[in-house]
This record gives sequence, C-alpha cells and structure tokens, in this order.
Amino acid sequence: MSVLLDKNTRVVVQGLTGREGSFHAQQMLEYGTKVVAGVTPGKGGMKHLDVPIFNTVADAVSATRANASIIFVPPPFAADAILEAADAGLPLIVCITEGIPTLDMVRVAAVLKDSKSRLIGPNCPGIISPGLSKMGIMPGPIHKQGHVGVVSRSGTLTYEAVDQLTRLGIGQSTCIGIGGDPIIGTTFLDAVRLFNDDPETRAIVMIGEIGGNAEEVAAAYIKKHVKKPVVGFIAGQTAPPGRRMGHAGAIISGGQGTAADKYVAMRAAGIHTVQSPADIGETIAKVLGKSKARSSSKKKSAAKSKRRGSRK
Amino acid sequence: MKIHEYQAKAILAKFGVPVPRGEVVFKKDEASAAAQRLGTPVVVVKAQIHAGGRGKGGGVKLAKSPDEAAKLAEQILGMRLVTPQTGPEGRIVRRLLVEEGLDIKRELYLSVLVDRALGVPVFMASAAGGMEIEEVAKKNPEAILRETIHPVTGVQPYQARKLAFGLGLAPEVVNAAVPFFQSLYRAFTETDASLLEINPCVVTGDGRLVALDAKVNFDDNALYRHPTFKDLRDLEEESPLEVEASKFKLNYIKLDGTIGCMVNGAGLAMATMDIIKLSGGSPANFLDVGGGASEDQVKNAFRILLSDPEVRAVFVNIFGGILRCDVLASGVVNAAKELKLKMPVVVRMEGTNVEQGKEILRNSGFNFTVAEGMRDGAQKVVKLAGSAR
Repeated sequence: MSVLLDKNTRVVVQGLTGREGSFHAQQMLEYGTKVVAGVTPGKGGMKHLDVPIFNTVADAVSATRANASIIFVPPPFAADAILEAADAGLPLIVCITEGIPTLDMVRVAAVLKDSKSRLIGPNCPGIISPGLSKMGIMPGPIHKQGHVGVVSRSGTLTYEAVDQLTRLGIGQSTCIGIGGDPIIGTTFLDAVRLFNDDPETRAIVMIGEIGGNAEEVAAAYIKKHVKKPVVGFIAGQTAPPGRRMGHAGAIISGGQGTAADKYVAMRAAGIHTVQSPADIGETIAKVLGKSKARSSSKKKSAAKSKRRGSRK
Repeated sequence: MKIHEYQAKAILAKFGVPVPRGEVVFKKDEASAAAQRLGTPVVVVKAQIHAGGRGKGGGVKLAKSPDEAAKLAEQILGMRLVTPQTGPEGRIVRRLLVEEGLDIKRELYLSVLVDRALGVPVFMASAAGGMEIEEVAKKNPEAILRETIHPVTGVQPYQARKLAFGLGLAPEVVNAAVPFFQSLYRAFTETDASLLEINPCVVTGDGRLVALDAKVNFDDNALYRHPTFKDLRDLEEESPLEVEASKFKLNYIKLDGTIGCMVNGAGLAMATMDIIKLSGGSPANFLDVGGGASEDQVKNAFRILLSDPEVRAVFVNIFGGILRCDVLASGVVNAAKELKLKMPVVVRMEGTNVEQGKEILRNSGFNFTVAEGMRDGAQKVVKLAGSAR
C-alpha cells in the first residue's frame, strides 16, 4: 500500500520544541503518525505535546524504539542533526530544513553512503502515505489513500498535483518530496525504483524542474525497467538560463539542465509528459483508465505488450 | 552570490594562488597612476562587471603607456558593455581592473565546482583556455579532464599531477601546478564557493602558472559563515527590484513579460510562469513568497510587482494547504487598499476556509477576479493583461 512509511513507523522529531517542529509535530499527530519522541539538547526529560523529549537521538531510539527521524532544526545545525540520526542507526531520515550549505551536504552525503540510513531531502516537504502516516509539512486533507506514487522536487507544486488527483477520486500510495537542493538523499531514481517494486503502486507521477540531470537518469531507468505508466512534468520551461529559480538546485548552467532536455529524455523513455501543470491529474486518470481497460480485454492487452516492447 | 574579478583575485591570492599584480580603479586618473605603479611595458585594462565574455564586447584592452591606460579607462568607464552573458541591454561599467601584462605562453581552463550527481567537488580542466567550457563540452567533450575529490582527503598531489600531465604541462610546470591546485581547492572549500573558475589560467614565458582571470560565486546558503562577504556585494550589478525584494526575503527574478506573478513555493512559481506562457501570455517575473505567504510578505510582494512598469495584470496563485485562505485574502485586500491598487488581479487560492477567502475578495470593492484552479486563473489573467494594454 505504501513505500518507506506506514502505520508502524515510529518517528522521532529533531527540533520538536521549536516553533516549526512543534506546529508540524502537532499536525502529524493529528494525522495519525506515531510520533514517539522529540530531541532537543538540554531539554531531555521534559514532555512537549505529551511526547517525551530526549537530549540525544541515541537516547530517544533506545527508549522508544523509534525507527525514523524528521528534522526541523535551523540550517547551521541541520547537517549535524542528519549525521546524529544516521549514527543512531535510523533507517529513514527526513530533513525539512531549507538553506543548508552545499558543502555541508557534500560531507553528509559522503558519510551516508556507508550507512544504512536513507535520507529524504533536505529542503523538502517530506513524505506521506495517505491514510497511514505522514512525516512532513504537507497538508494531510488534500491526500487520499490509493495507488499512485508521486515523486517531486517541489513542495506546493506537489500539493497542486495531489489535489488534482484527489479531486478526480484517484488516491496515492505514497508521495515523496525529494527536495529542491543540488545535493539530496533520495533521488528520482531511488523513488521510481521503490514505486516500481511496490505491488500496490499502479502508476507514478514524476514532477521535476530545471537544473541537474536527475530526471534524465530516472528516465533512462524507466525506459529499461518500468512497466507501470509514468506521467511527467518539468517546471521551469520558461525559466531564463543562469538564474537560480528559488530552489538552490533550480538553475540552468552552461546550457545543462533545461526543461526541454528533460522532456526529450522523458518522452524517449515512454513517459506520458504534460506541458501544463494543470494536466497532471487528468493524464493519470487517462493512463489508469487505459490500463484498466487493457486488463479487461485481451486485444488491448496485446496492444499494451507491443507498446512495452517498443519502449526498449 | 557573485563578486567581481578583482575581488575574486584578492581572495585567491590570500590562499596562495598566483595572480597578476593589479589595482581596481574607478576614475581615469587612477588608471594612469595604477599603470605607472605597475611599471610594466604593457598593462591590461579590464572592465569589471558580473558577466563573462568581456573581451568580445570591447571591455578588455591593452595599454602601452600610463597615458594610453587613462585614455582606455575613459572609453570603458561608463560604457554599456554588451557581452553574450549580459543580454542585449548590457551593463554599465563602473569599475576597472588595471593589471600588469604578462608574457603568455599557454592558456588553460580550470574550475572547481560540486558535481550534483556524484555529490562531491570536482576539478575540471582543459587545454583550450580562454574558450567557454560549455563550447568545449559541446565540440570536444573528451578534451575536458575531470578529477573528483573526496571531501575527507581534499585534492591529493597525485590528482593535481594527473590533471597537469593531462594538460600536457612540462615537468617543471607540473611541480608548480600541485600547490596551485591545492590552493585553489582550499579557497573553494574555505570560502564555501559554489563555483571557482580560472579561465584562462596561463603558463608564462618563465614557466609560472598564473590565474589571469578569476570568477568566484559563493553559496548563498553559507553566507552566514562569512559575514565579511556582504561587503563584496555590488548592488549596482543587480536589478533594483531584485535588491528590494531580497530585503523582505522574497525570491524575485525580473523577466520581460506583462503578467506579474505572486506564488508560494519555487516549483509552483515556475509552473505558474509556464502555464501563463502556454495560455498565450508572458510572465513579468518569478516570485516565491515562501510557503507561509504572510500578510507582510504579500504586501511587499504586491508593491514590488506593481513598480514594474511592464506589468498589466497580476496573477496570485497560492496553494495554501495548511495556510488559511481567509487570512490570505484579508492580506491581499489590505495590500490593495494601502497601495491604492487599480490593476486587474486574478486570485487563485487553495487551502482551509477557501470559500470565506473568496467572499472577502468579492466584497472588497477591488478589481479582483477569483479563479477556479491554475488553468482558469492563467487564462483569465492573460485575457485581462491583453485588454489592459
């Protein structure tokens, strides 16, 4: 039904007592997330929102058997917080913080490579498995439990896409905001692999933006390995080159990372691309409708396997 | 954050990277005095703007005497320098770098940046110095040498040698290249640079390596660690509206269309520009008011959008979610009152209390058009901008 996050995920919130951490921990609790601990150095032993606070992540893990962390600490301390969560052995770390220096993330990435932790973000809205649990800052009510996996570099644009799906009665298995920074933990490729391997996910929405080549890398994988329908959109088709469009990673540099290149790669991979962000929901409805129709009629499913073959 | 060449060279020199002797000047007379002090038979007069390709635009000239340096300075100072990177409007030159002329034997390209896909710093080098690296990448990609650096060890001598021999440098120059590359790497990491580019790096007649040009961009996210860097910012190199927006932590980029955009979130802001274009209009700007879109930010954002004389209509596209739309709508109305807004404004919003929010807009007495969804909003604003001409 979901990837990475479900009802049994036990979450520690790093920075729970801060303004952001406190607000969003409350929202997560209301959504049904098992928030079992908070970490604020120096406030160990206290309780906040009825959740026990610990001085270190290691203490929180040994006392509560937490198996995931969400980080709301300010940028100068965020790299340290990620490393602390990894050192405590948490398999899933979600970092919401925006504005972490790139070279801090270079060092963090080098350490994470040899750890068993998966990082989502930073500079992201987090992850939600609708109806089960959310670790993030996204509005819960716009989501609906279902079978579409959503992966995106953006926050509010993801909400836009999810809202379109939900209004059409199409639910989501898991929505992953991978973040808008140049160096991030989980990539499009990682997320697409997870969705591809998840039997409950029937279609994938991939929302990219200008900068880097992560969309192209994922498209190459999709071309080879993914049989589920994928709908793709790239934000920044009208962005001027050389300018950083809000996200640290959203920049066309030296002619690289343009929306046009990404669309070419996605189309070549058989991804159903949309030029308009308003068409994401309807296109998923169309491809899901088609694949349902295919499985109900022999003729059409033959056509489908033909199309699959042509992808390779 | 971008800085000027002369500032970049001063920083590199601190880390032990050899750079030509030179002085920054702001007036013609200072140029001749600087040339006099440098005392070389030839000096180079270089326009200082935040864009490359200055030579092609006539912003870099050689002078054989202090008098000639003064004459060239007079020509270049105040000129509107147009290069492939400035766009057709060009940039006014307000500062010059006067440098010693060098006996140049070879020109190379060197840069340090972070490889996004690998997540590590990488050195790039090419024997085609003076050429734009993008051009080399297109025409002759195998001519570019790449050496990825482990963040724990930093650049090792063998890696510097690999690059130097790869560039075909003579053994005695290779010996100079090792400390040169290591100094560059230290400058990159210790200043939290996002790009450090030496194009060209030259080999002189007497076998020295010198950074003849230098471009350093800093990682904006790391500026808090380098409080002195804010003195290096040249506000005259930035668009006045962008400077104003940055004071209020608004992410604003001026474009050349007629539809002002106010959006929360960078991805949605880009997507909003895209859908305006698809609907037949053209966006006047990128503007991300942040996830929260507080009343104060909305007000300042409106003020900045409306001070762009090209803007004919405004599209507010806010996907609140947790944000309350009634609060947002009140913010928009208050801003409109304060700014005596007359321009057509299309508002699309989603979030809690969205119906109350729409009521507030409808009853405000202002020229607000309420849109249902992004597509509807884009179509409405394009129509309004067209008829407002």
